[in-house]
Amino acid sequence: MKEKIASLLVPTIAPVLLFVIWIVFAWRIGNQVILPQVDSVIALLSNPTDDLVSMGSLASNVAVSLVRVLMGYMVAAALGIPIGVIMGYYALAFRLMDTFLNLFRPIPPLAWVPLVMAWFGVASMATALGLETGRMYVYLNNLKFSMVFIIFIGGFYPILTSSIHGVKSVNRTLIDSARILGASEYQVFSRVLLPAAMPSIINGLRIGLGISWMCLVSAEMLPGSISGVGYLITHAYTLASTDIVIAGMISIGIVGTLMDRLFSYVESRKYSWRRVAK
Amino acid sequence: MILRAENVSKTFETKSGERIRAVDSVDLSVGKNDFICIVGPSGCGKSTMLRIISGLEPATTGSVVFREREVKRPGPEIGMVFQEYSLFPWLQVIDNVAAGLEFSGMKKRERWNIAKHYLDVVAMSEFAHAFPHELSGGMRQRVAIARAFANDPEILLMDEPFGSLDAHTRILLQKELLRIWESHRKTVLFVTHSVDEAVYLADRVVIMSARPGRIREVLPVDMERPRSRANPLFGRLTDRILQRLEEEVTGRSI
Repeated sequence: MKEKIASLLVPTIAPVLLFVIWIVFAWRIGNQVILPQVDSVIALLSNPTDDLVSMGSLASNVAVSLVRVLMGYMVAAALGIPIGVIMGYYALAFRLMDTFLNLFRPIPPLAWVPLVMAWFGVASMATALGLETGRMYVYLNNLKFSMVFIIFIGGFYPILTSSIHGVKSVNRTLIDSARILGASEYQVFSRVLLPAAMPSIINGLRIGLGISWMCLVSAEMLPGSISGVGYLITHAYTLASTDIVIAGMISIGIVGTLMDRLFSYVESRKYSWRRVAK
Repeated sequence: MILRAENVSKTFETKSGERIRAVDSVDLSVGKNDFICIVGPSGCGKSTMLRIISGLEPATTGSVVFREREVKRPGPEIGMVFQEYSLFPWLQVIDNVAAGLEFSGMKKRERWNIAKHYLDVVAMSEFAHAFPHELSGGMRQRVAIARAFANDPEILLMDEPFGSLDAHTRILLQKELLRIWESHRKTVLFVTHSVDEAVYLADRVVIMSARPGRIREVLPVDMERPRSRANPLFGRLTDRILQRLEEEVTGRSI
């Protein structure tokens, strides 16, 4: 019992220590703009649906950001997994694409901003659907192509790389066995390559989601952005509301951690064979 | 005769562009329900030969004819058991055994019934819902054998299936394999580096030469099954094959 309590307490030591330091410094500095009091940030976080000075509530901004990330991320997964699996399996496809794709890998997502703005400007899902007014317009106009693109770039490479790696490291004997048992080329892909590479793909999806989420703030600093946590943080900064900045940062951290935990949970439940099998 | 290899050769090209002949003009005919063991020094191309017969790898020259049709790709009529790591680690034992039947589109209830029968045959019924990583090496090979039989191939290729097992398990599984083979008659082509195993199992032992692999000699094993290793004939045959293999290896190193 004692050990159990201790093991639960250990992970909380560092955050508590941070809070203590924060409280002490906030009290010593005594300036809300440089370092706000802990309680003012906690007040913001515990009332996430309150409207913040003309910026919408914390919860609604987090929700907008989540939708954006999921959209860019889904495009990244929808392209990264199939391209990666094909490149991992067919040597010719790998040689065809590898150099080309690697040329773009070192370019930070943020470096795409000028080009992306030139291409898409402030066009959004609403523009694509020809909406100019109404409730749907308000929602869809938040999904700027330029943002989705930057989030996509962030998520794409980890997903691609881990899919390639996952398929390449599938034991040849498994593929041979499937073919011997009468599997068609499609069945080799769907019943053998994909499940065998899945732990690695999931890992890439997890890293990709993390990076997509990190690209969010830069994406939301783009012109035309009027919502989202990234916007909230930059806008609150211009208003010298450091407490909102910190509350925004903390929510980014919490949401990111939750998403990551979700992935580890799925990974550990569904792919326990991976840890033991060679 | 159901399978015939005619003048089969295989040449590999290494990364440095060097050409290596692994198998050289092999002719081999296999009759129905034959149990043939192929032995040879390591690296003599016996596994390559098996892969060519299965259709997994194309021959450089020559052809393999199965039931009057040339083998071009693998299919369910020619089964194969590998040395290890051939079970799908994410599938339960029973789904592993039923995998081939699933590929051919059989319904779950039906394929599970067949899988259960063969799990019974290899005495693995109680592990039907275990995962491969929970089994010992010997158990995994039992499952691999059940999986090959469940697909009901006409000819079964076995590539050192007991090669990574300990001596005791190995002898046990040899016995079991013969028992299954006698109750579910199949044509078996069995590659091994153990001469003892070959003499214990085979109707005929094919001795291959060192690389490039050629057929050096084919020896019939005229002994009633179950065979006893204490039988003087067993010893004489083993000795003779070992001698041939030794000649191959020393002849090459000189």
